[in-house]
Amino acid sequence: NVKEFCGSAVRGIINVETVVNRVMNKLSPLHDKIYCALSGSAADAQTIAEIVNYQLDVHSIEVGEDPQVRSAATLVRNISYKYREELSAHLIVAGWDRRNGGQVFATMKGLLTRQPFAVGGSGSSYVYGFVDAEYCRGMNKQECQQFVVNTLSLAMNRDGSSGGVAYIVTIDEHGTEEKVILGNQLPTFFDQ
Amino acid sequence: MEKHCTDSRVKGVSTGTTILAAVFDGGVVIGSDSRASVGEEYVSSKTINKVIQVHDRIFCCIAGSLADAQAITKAAKFHLSFHSVQMESPPRVMAAASVLRDLCYKNREELQAGFMTAGWDKKNGPQVYVVALGGMLINQLVTIAGSGSTYIYGYIDAKYKPNMTKEECLQFATNALALAMGRDNASGGVAHLVVVTEKGVEHVVVPGDKLPKFHDE
Repeated sequence: NVKEFCGSAVRGIINVETVVNRVMNKLSPLHDKIYCALSGSAADAQTIAEIVNYQLDVHSIEVGEDPQVRSAATLVRNISYKYREELSAHLIVAGWDRRNGGQVFATMKGLLTRQPFAVGGSGSSYVYGFVDAEYCRGMNKQECQQFVVNTLSLAMNRDGSSGGVAYIVTIDEHGTEEKVILGNQLPTFFDQ
Repeated sequence: MEKHCTDSRVKGVSTGTTILAAVFDGGVVIGSDSRASVGEEYVSSKTINKVIQVHDRIFCCIAGSLADAQAITKAAKFHLSFHSVQMESPPRVMAAASVLRDLCYKNREELQAGFMTAGWDKKNGPQVYVVALGGMLINQLVTIAGSGSTYIYGYIDAKYKPNMTKEECLQFATNALALAMGRDNASGGVAHLVVVTEKGVEHVVVPGDKLPKFHDE
């Protein structure tokens, strides 16, 4: 079972001079076992998440069972693509379904791709090298959680727009688990 | 097909390169990629060496316009060789870094370049100095610069340890350059690495197909 996870660093910011919210939870549930991680304009991202939450409820009633992660990602992608000129938000959709297990989809600007892992947001540039080097397929749950926490910690250390606490949601066939890791409990690295 | 400008995720001026310098136990490793690009579309050279020797055991790397780099280092080499004749001893790494910093600061209006100077001297051993864009000089143990460097900040923070051995440091530098070249389209080609120790200078060139590969390649 390859479990794919997404975490999210937290700090809501409207412009470079003002920190509006230091502890905004950027992981939004779309369904019981499907979550999305918000980045970019908080207003745009939250609105997309709410709309897709509603559309997914309707869809799951129509098909009579839990929706697939790919369906949720497609709904997000449809909105992102249709309004790509007006919106500036990137949502990463991740979850677990019976058909394909754990999955992660990136939906930037209307492109839908399934990936083993995805990073997004302003802090993501700083950790591309780290995630390329450290990710390996077939990690178990603890290793994957540690990988996500390390990645978030490194990004928060370098990016001025990220910080605060780390929210991690773990989704597998047994259920969904939410965890908050406070700033002073995050791992530290060289130079800290 | 129209070009879309995505948000710039590079701090300050985007300079198409990746350069890095790191101190290990007994020496320094200084390295760069080898791509020279004009605008964002044309690669004018695939094998340019951006690690420039300014004295026997002092090298510098410049992120920025390569024309500026060549002009500055030519001036710096002259200053340093004159300085070492006057002092009757090889120059200190700090002296080389100061020379470059003065050139950078005096011409900061016209220049678009960030420097790093690394080397070995008898007084302080291996050192790495960074001259930031405006002319500030800092001594650090490990430093990266250039457009490709944003992608490896996390990797450097996680993987650099003080007092590594030479082999570990070379592997660290090669991995970091390979990761940056993998994500940045303005960096690429081969990895040029120079190892400077008390005993001397060693050039290592890692061609593109021998660079380490990571999970998605």
